[in-house]
Amino acid sequence: MTAPTTYELSSLQALEAESIHIFREVAAEFERPVLLFSGGKDSVVMLHVARKAFWPAPIPFPVMHVDTGHNFPEVLAFRDSTVQEMGLRLVVASVEESIAKGRVRERPDGVRNPLQTVTLLDAIQQGQFDAVFGGARRDEEKARAKERVFSFRDEFGQWDPKAQRPELWSLYNGRHHKGEHIRIFPLSNWTELDIWSYLKQEDAPLPSIYFAHEREVFQRDGMWLPVSEFTSPKESEEVVTLTVRYRTVGDIPITGAVESSAASYDEIIAEVAATRVTERGATRADDRLSEAAMEDRKKEGYF
Amino acid sequence: MAELLRFATAGSVDDGKSTLIGRLLYDTKSIFEDQLEAVERTSRDRGDEHVNLALLTDGLRAEREQGITIDVAYRYFATPKRTFIIADTPGHIQYTRNMVTGASTASLALVLIDARNGIVEQSRRHAFITSLLRVPHLVVCVNKMDLVDYDEAVFNRIKDEFRNFATKLDIGDLSFIPISALKGDNVVHRSENMPWYDGTSLLHHLEDVHIASDRNLIDVRFPVQYVIRPQSTEHHDYRGYAGTVAGGVMKPGDEVLVLESGLTTTIESIDTADGPVEEAYSPMSVTVRLKDDIDISRGDMICRPQNRPQATQDVDAMVCWLTSDPLHVRGMYGLKHTTRNVRAQVKDIEYRIDVNSLHRDETAETLSLNEIGRIKLRTTKPLFVDEYRRNRTTGSFLLIDEATGATVGAGMIL
Repeated sequence: MTAPTTYELSSLQALEAESIHIFREVAAEFERPVLLFSGGKDSVVMLHVARKAFWPAPIPFPVMHVDTGHNFPEVLAFRDSTVQEMGLRLVVASVEESIAKGRVRERPDGVRNPLQTVTLLDAIQQGQFDAVFGGARRDEEKARAKERVFSFRDEFGQWDPKAQRPELWSLYNGRHHKGEHIRIFPLSNWTELDIWSYLKQEDAPLPSIYFAHEREVFQRDGMWLPVSEFTSPKESEEVVTLTVRYRTVGDIPITGAVESSAASYDEIIAEVAATRVTERGATRADDRLSEAAMEDRKKEGYF
Repeated sequence: MAELLRFATAGSVDDGKSTLIGRLLYDTKSIFEDQLEAVERTSRDRGDEHVNLALLTDGLRAEREQGITIDVAYRYFATPKRTFIIADTPGHIQYTRNMVTGASTASLALVLIDARNGIVEQSRRHAFITSLLRVPHLVVCVNKMDLVDYDEAVFNRIKDEFRNFATKLDIGDLSFIPISALKGDNVVHRSENMPWYDGTSLLHHLEDVHIASDRNLIDVRFPVQYVIRPQSTEHHDYRGYAGTVAGGVMKPGDEVLVLESGLTTTIESIDTADGPVEEAYSPMSVTVRLKDDIDISRGDMICRPQNRPQATQDVDAMVCWLTSDPLHVRGMYGLKHTTRNVRAQVKDIEYRIDVNSLHRDETAETLSLNEIGRIKLRTTKPLFVDEYRRNRTTGSFLLIDEATGATVGAGMIL
């Protein structure tokens, strides 16, 4: 803790306190919250803060993974060991099942990221969840910069950016009717650098793919894609072995690796502090679709 | 240890606010290449003459299509000394509610004045909202100094006029900085074009302004948010009251009084997941354990026997109205104050204030969207309140439409 005489908090302490406040507010006012946990760094931080908010009691809600079926095996293993260690209940919402049931159809390009919305909304409805924690941050993307911490969704899971509730002081309004729900973003005010600095401060474990490792990759649309079960090079695409790491973790076919030798938190923090491209710009093909790609997906009910 | 400073900016495109924010972000290396490229591409497509940095913050499709800012946008940047959260709000009168929203969490407000035009109606409105929301620090940036030949007399004239107006308001700390956002004068570095100015650059001011004493460290206020009872073998008898400190400094061994029961007891321990702490103060989120087993639940307030908030069902408040369906006398609303949810009826509208002239209209019978007025409320259960001027957390509340669940009013207790 800080020196007791100054009564000041560090920036990370202030952000953590705000997030803890949000978790407790939701646990007190909602009946069936659920936390979206992918094994990605933001959801790892979210879970870490949630644990602190309720300590020494266990986290009073389950976690949900929206599983595209295109997972990095390292991330899936991390998900399962975390859930086991923390004694959490895991709900898996499977995009593959949604396809099998005919709720959505596989896209010609095989990318399943946009299909997740239907799977997510079905799982929210089925579980009758009224509060859904997401790890989105406002610094990630400009549609997200305008989203509330408590973000109202109608009975179809839709977000209406023009009809958002004003959010003042630390007073959060979670009122909703049956069938509607609220998306909760406890990390709204954190930046990418805050996330890494916090992971280091807390010495929290992450999936190994966030750290530099050797991998067979090939270049497509300016991104390094891995040679994997789900992504294979075309004839014209040359396979090379590079030292890479991931800045974000998502559906394999649209998540690019970055060339990097950063193998520790300190090295990653130095790299993030010096980087000149946003994490989504560097590594996410789904956000390059159009100026308003994220806004359009969010309106339909995306994360 | 890097501290966090939240500040609000208000203004329209014309006074150079977006250029100023763009420069702060750019010069602190907080804009990324792909963001800048996207903005350059869109500016080009729209046929803009210059790269329009407003596009960095105007994130919604409707905003880009109409070329306006319709909502509060949050931006982030950091220097080695502090990290900053900017609540960037549009300045037009129809967006008063957005400026109120942005100012509610800000420690500092930044108001821009075009050196060529001097103080205009909008500047007065921004200063009034800053004082109404009790933002402790106000920085007036007199912008576009390059267009008035960096003339000291122009700056001094605006400064004097603003000070004169500000005496009618309650503004704690008022500073003036002559800048050119476009040319970069006095934004990040001291300008050589204005040797007559002996103050600091804007960024330097943001890094150095003393915010630690803005919080209330005198009146202990701890609204109970959530009761933690693990009921596990290991922590069988654990019973902790979780919440965020809203005022004062709490220590183990302190005698405390719990509202609404009025019972007194002693703080046994102040817990966090990282271990117990010796002191807790705003805005720490902690869990308090008490010596005696008394019935406490969410919505209760822990304070000191000799220093307690007022327990009342009659509330006098300034209210900013946030929705198109107007506030009426006799109207019934949901009310959220700290961790307490009650219902409230409007008993009287004392006056509506003109946010530009500060004129009070005592004949007003309604408050419409973006209007501000003084009202009297009667609540179904007591609230534990302080004056907003004394504590921004225990002095503020929301009014909620009970049918739609929408947030319709923002209240500050008098």
